[in-house]
Amino acid sequence: MGAKIRANISDAKGIGSDRNGDILIEVKHLKKSFGNNEVFKDFSLALEKKENLVVLGKSGSGKSVLIKCMVGLIDADEGEILVMGEDIEKLNEKALNVLRKKIGFLFQSAALYDSMTVGENLAFPLRGNKELSDEERNALVEESLENVGLKDVIDKMPSELSGGMRKRIGLARTLILKPEIVLYDEPTTGLDPITAKEISELILEIREKYQTSSIIITHDLACAKIVSDRIVIIHEGVCAAIGTYETLQNSEDKWVRSFFE
Amino acid sequence: MLKVNEIKVFSTVEKVMIDFFLEVANISKFTGRFFKQVFIPPYEFAELIKQSYMVGVKSLPLIGITGFIMGLVLTIQSRPTLAQFGAESWLPAMVSVSIIREIGPVITALICAGKVGSGIGAELGSMKVTEQIDAMEVSGLNPFKYLVVTRILATTLMLPVLVVFSDCIGLFGSYLAVNIKGDVSFTLYFAQAIEKLTFVDIIPSIIKTFFFGFAIGLIGCYKGYNSKNGTEGVGSAANAAVVMGSLLIFIIDLIAVQITSLFT
Repeated sequence: MGAKIRANISDAKGIGSDRNGDILIEVKHLKKSFGNNEVFKDFSLALEKKENLVVLGKSGSGKSVLIKCMVGLIDADEGEILVMGEDIEKLNEKALNVLRKKIGFLFQSAALYDSMTVGENLAFPLRGNKELSDEERNALVEESLENVGLKDVIDKMPSELSGGMRKRIGLARTLILKPEIVLYDEPTTGLDPITAKEISELILEIREKYQTSSIIITHDLACAKIVSDRIVIIHEGVCAAIGTYETLQNSEDKWVRSFFE
Repeated sequence: MLKVNEIKVFSTVEKVMIDFFLEVANISKFTGRFFKQVFIPPYEFAELIKQSYMVGVKSLPLIGITGFIMGLVLTIQSRPTLAQFGAESWLPAMVSVSIIREIGPVITALICAGKVGSGIGAELGSMKVTEQIDAMEVSGLNPFKYLVVTRILATTLMLPVLVVFSDCIGLFGSYLAVNIKGDVSFTLYFAQAIEKLTFVDIIPSIIKTFFFGFAIGLIGCYKGYNSKNGTEGVGSAANAAVVMGSLLIFIIDLIAVQITSLFT
């Protein structure tokens, strides 16, 4: 294993483009274990406004655990996770739910509700909003479907959709609440290269249209190259490397370079 | 001094006991969460009606057929024994008391544990392992209220209805069985069947079905909502929902019989 080139989080700020330095998510000294398996030993990370931050790492390195900790699906053992200035661990259920509405989460499997049509899937996150009329709700559903280029499938069941379509619908459902932050869990896994590229480009379009900041968990280097402003590599429970795609690809560290070969 | 095999047996027994009490504690916690959530708005009425339809209306054919066969078989089997004592005229009363007090509620609840309990366990288990429940949670919604509270309420409210339906069909089956070897009018049969029934026969048997329904929904939801280990976990959740649900039905029945006997 090559020497770690872990950069200080503050040193990493400013890498990338078009960012103003506002931090939306800040993870400080995160520790998390499952039994004897220590997933995070002392992990820190910062996501800036309108930034696309890609997280790379070997399978089982804790990439998905990281974003699940950020939305409170998994509790951290130690450390702080600040989302828009709020400490996730200290929020009560009501406050956490309010904050979660500002965060979109695209699951690896898209996690569409099997028993509902595509339209019902998209309208489901809106059910908590009593101020919306049926017409407004339907308009939002149609707008979200149009954004992902799948307006015609509104009455279909998830089982009738292809893998790429499911991902797009999952993304549309994520975007319907117009989140400020989007967390993508392996958005291109299991897709052919063409569809994977389409999803990657969609991630960029979404940032431009909704001004979102994103954390993208992926193994797909082509996707990472297209979408990333910065890349973080997790190894043995710590942030092993951080930088732009080009910086890490040309890193002096052999182990880091091996990720991009 | 204990031998190695004896130590293994003791450690296995200890582990089983610990697992059992942990399970009881977790189910109690889950039940507490249900009672906490059930009274807090917003109320999911639309989903409750949908689930009541799924539990109630969709179970009617199966409950009807089994209730009919239950009445028919009980009458055919009881007739020779009563005939030996010259007490055939007691057949409608005996069958009605048996069906309404005990056989109807228990058989219907066991069928529902198999059909509804396993269905809930498998559905929620599948939603859990495919991250659909997590997806609801990260949308800022309350999956427990939407999925668990509505299903438990639906089984609790629908099981008494299904039991009454099953009892009626069972008595009709019994009437047909009586008419195989005799000629009893519909009015006479039901007059004899109902004549011997008291409120102590009917009310406790209806009350206990609410508890049967609650147990079926609770165990199905608990097992499904907490399922793990992918598709294998879904199968285990469905299986455990039936086994534990059936066991709870007998335990509740035993307690109900003890309480009812205080009033008779």
